[in-house]
Amino acid sequence: MPEVRLPTVLRPHADGRSSLVVPGATIGEVLQQLVAGHPGMAGQVLTDDGTLHRFVNVYLNDDDVRYLDGLDTKVADGDTVSILPAVAGG
Amino acid sequence: MLRLPAHLQAQIVAHCLAGLPDEACGLLAARPGEDLVERCYPTANAAASAKLYTVDPRDHLRADRDAEGAGLEIVGVFHSHTHTDAYPSPTDVAQAPDPSWHYVIVSLRQALPALRSYRIVDGTVAEEPVEPVPRPGPR
Repeated sequence: MPEVRLPTVLRPHADGRSSLVVPGATIGEVLQQLVAGHPGMAGQVLTDDGTLHRFVNVYLNDDDVRYLDGLDTKVADGDTVSILPAVAGG
Repeated sequence: MLRLPAHLQAQIVAHCLAGLPDEACGLLAARPGEDLVERCYPTANAAASAKLYTVDPRDHLRADRDAEGAGLEIVGVFHSHTHTDAYPSPTDVAQAPDPSWHYVIVSLRQALPALRSYRIVDGTVAEEPVEPVPRPGPR
């Protein structure tokens, strides 16, 4: 199962942990399982429509999943899924 | 308060000047729970704009990993305002990603750059003092 690395802003919803092992064969499945197990993250990772929230970036190992297959990107054992806030302003 | 060593302030301002005419941005790292910035990470502005910035997502991941490897974590972001004062814009406030972060803004409006730092919590902006602690080194 992949390891999911959490940004500081989501750690309070995971008992302060910085990473979790979450089942799933795709990025979308992993994120759905993550939110299902930690309802405080609802609305912060995925939108109500089930798409990736624009305020986060999700990476499979070194790559932004938006440049792979998005939520359909396949995930294997030993992969690292990182979630970071999208940092932007004006 | 944000303790930001003078050599890191100089690095931040240099990156902001180098980014002109666009806004420039980067990330700040400290030990967890501390307010002393130990590293700063200049990043690309993926928005490539004089009015907006987006920290390049790959640069962000690299910075996050480097910080973690050094026992640090990302505790804030800096960016430049090319034509306005060093105060958070409505966009900055609306998109502030983390209430625990420090938000450093460098204004390049005047001849001399001005650097200020803010906390942004639930849409409320509060300026915080920036202390230029001396760089550690041989005495």
